[in-house]
Amino acid sequence: MLRLHYNLEKISMGLVAAIIVAASVGGLVEIAPLFTIDETVELPDDLRPHTPLELAGREIYIREGCYACHSQMVRSLADELDRYGPYSLASESAYDHPMLWGSKRTGPDLARLGEKYSDDWHVAHLTDPRSVVPASIMPAYPWLARPLDTGLLSDALAALARLGVPYDDAMIAAAAADALAQSRPDSDAMEGFLERYGERPAARAFDGDPSRLTELDALVAYLQSLGTLTDAPHRILAEGNR
Amino acid sequence: MTATLTVSERQIGLLLSVLLALMGLVMAAVARHGAMSVHGVMAVGLGLVLAFRFGGALYDPAPPADRLRHYYDAPTRFGIVMTLVWAMIGMGVGVWVAALLYWPEATPLWPATSFGRLRPVHTTGIIFGFGGNALIATSFHVLQRTSRARLADSVSPWVVLVGYNLFCAWAVTGYLMGATQSKEYAEAEWYADLWLVVIWVTYFALYLRTLARRNEPHIYVANWYYLAFILVVAMLHIVNNLALPVRLTVAESFPVWSGVQDAMVQWWYGHNAVAFFLTAGFLGMLYYFLPVRSGRPIWSYRLSIVSFWGITFFYIWVGSHHLHYTALPYWAQTLGMTFSVMLLVPSWASAGNAIATLNGAWHKVRDDATLRFMFVAAVFYGLSTFEGSFLAIRPVNSLSHYTDWTVGHVHSGTLGWVAMIVFGAIYTLVPQLGGKAEMASPRAVEWHFWLAVAGTLIYVVSMWNAGITQGLMWRAYDENGALSYSFVQSVEAMAPYYLLRTIGGGLFLTGAVVCAWNCRATMRGATGEATDRPLAAQPAE
Repeated sequence: MLRLHYNLEKISMGLVAAIIVAASVGGLVEIAPLFTIDETVELPDDLRPHTPLELAGREIYIREGCYACHSQMVRSLADELDRYGPYSLASESAYDHPMLWGSKRTGPDLARLGEKYSDDWHVAHLTDPRSVVPASIMPAYPWLARPLDTGLLSDALAALARLGVPYDDAMIAAAAADALAQSRPDSDAMEGFLERYGERPAARAFDGDPSRLTELDALVAYLQSLGTLTDAPHRILAEGNR
Repeated sequence: MTATLTVSERQIGLLLSVLLALMGLVMAAVARHGAMSVHGVMAVGLGLVLAFRFGGALYDPAPPADRLRHYYDAPTRFGIVMTLVWAMIGMGVGVWVAALLYWPEATPLWPATSFGRLRPVHTTGIIFGFGGNALIATSFHVLQRTSRARLADSVSPWVVLVGYNLFCAWAVTGYLMGATQSKEYAEAEWYADLWLVVIWVTYFALYLRTLARRNEPHIYVANWYYLAFILVVAMLHIVNNLALPVRLTVAESFPVWSGVQDAMVQWWYGHNAVAFFLTAGFLGMLYYFLPVRSGRPIWSYRLSIVSFWGITFFYIWVGSHHLHYTALPYWAQTLGMTFSVMLLVPSWASAGNAIATLNGAWHKVRDDATLRFMFVAAVFYGLSTFEGSFLAIRPVNSLSHYTDWTVGHVHSGTLGWVAMIVFGAIYTLVPQLGGKAEMASPRAVEWHFWLAVAGTLIYVVSMWNAGITQGLMWRAYDENGALSYSFVQSVEAMAPYYLLRTIGGGLFLTGAVVCAWNCRATMRGATGEATDRPLAAQPAE
């Protein structure tokens, strides 16, 4: 064995090949099975993708690096169920490119945040966290009150559709209009939004001002959607408790 | 740079600089606004500066004809300077964001200085800027010495170093502008990732071409590690960063992976960035500089074979220990945990081999702060790999995960092991490359050593306390079966530890500043070049 290695270390390409083989096995064993994800992760019937406004909010969440301090993955541990809610399912993030499970909780987990607080609370909290949670160490994000740029939304939906997220051509074409409609439920464009996304996504002036479409609208819409894309985690937990 | 190149090499340099400027121009023109256009402008600027340098020096006197009988050390010197520059940036931002956790009101109301945008500037600045430049610079040195051959050509080392630093600069300025993929330790956007692939292929080709010219039959252990670092990082980088740009003219993109698959790929990447970026390459550094500085051969050749292949084979399995109790399939978590525990064997074999090498040279460890840096690095390597295996065990992980214990663990590895071995290598290299016997101020090296050790210990111990406190508070129940603490109470409990951590980081940063000053003073006074020579003369290209 030692003799073999004695000779191997005289051949650079031999070392290269051996390193590639040794370093590939683990990845192949652990990752390759996940390519059969369609068969192994059962998507709940009621799972919906994010609306364009929520998707824009998700991009802001990514842009500001929120994932550095907030996880979106409730582990299957008693205290996490009591603190946050039902444990997270693989299917819940099936449409998430990238996933935002996170790795650190400097702030609390957000997987079950949706509809836990009011829009007003979120707006106040994002603008000045210590006005609602005096001991908070979260930075303030006052610049989120600026107008939302919806210019890339159609292309974003198209890119996600190519990666397998169920957005149809109508949704892609109307992405910017639908983002506006979701924050202005009284407008005429609401009819089209309801046709494409149904009654389930919350539609309201998330930042409290229906006359302007801001980044706050998008981010709050996203935060309010967390954990509400499917009812499956609640259902499964209730069945388990029965 | 230009003085060491021949006229034809300067012409190639000029051509490449113009191509870089043109590429930047195209990027800036098609993107028109946003991060990508700023990055295009940066490339134009860099290309023009380099073009003027090459153009202005085109017909300067040619380097001496016997240069091919010397090692090519100019790129190593530049790499060390960039290592120290990125140390200032990465550690400075690290101390600043640590302070923000204690004093959040200090955040300027300006998007680019927000914690979430600065945090990846710290991680990328340290891992890729500081660590990466140190690895590339030392690999050029070690490769030439252990092969007894000059680098295969004089242009590609500059392509690698300049191109790599452009990648780092694109990455960190992108985060400030909000351009990020959000994948931890792989936040850079798609075009920067593609650029890095080009640079990395050049690096790999240079490495193999130089090995092919070696005058030693055997490839030394340090080179196995550097090779594993180059190869596996390429593999990880490409697979994890596969992404579909929203448009070819914007920085935004979506990773092709989603959900649980993305999580597995991300942590397969994330943990092996630790393994093959922050461990394998630095073990290569250890295997060369520790024997050189202590004047002792590596204690056991067999042990180094066992630990090399053990590390290369086992590490790649362990990423899933980042996903215990999550929606990742249970069997994958169990595999990750099992291999993490097994990984302790090759890790401790390496650490033990390094410490046993010092047998017979303990008086040097006592007297020489540079060797002491390397000794402490080996000790922290042993400690943090033990801690890593321990934290990967599922029930332990249920307490430690998501807490500051993980942060403490990472810093015991990066401050205690990675940075210490880098400083040991720098203090060995800088005088040697300048043809000097020692650093400008040996006393400053001593000061740096104690600042670094004190800073690391304060940092790591405060984060252990912080993490265990958090973990216990989150899971504590009162006698009525309700949770004892609200989340924000656990945040309040962190304040003293976050303050201590900032102080520890500040001490470590102070030591690094002392190092940068000392290196500058040593390099300034340097006139000669390294006194060692390749075994045989190298034929011209």
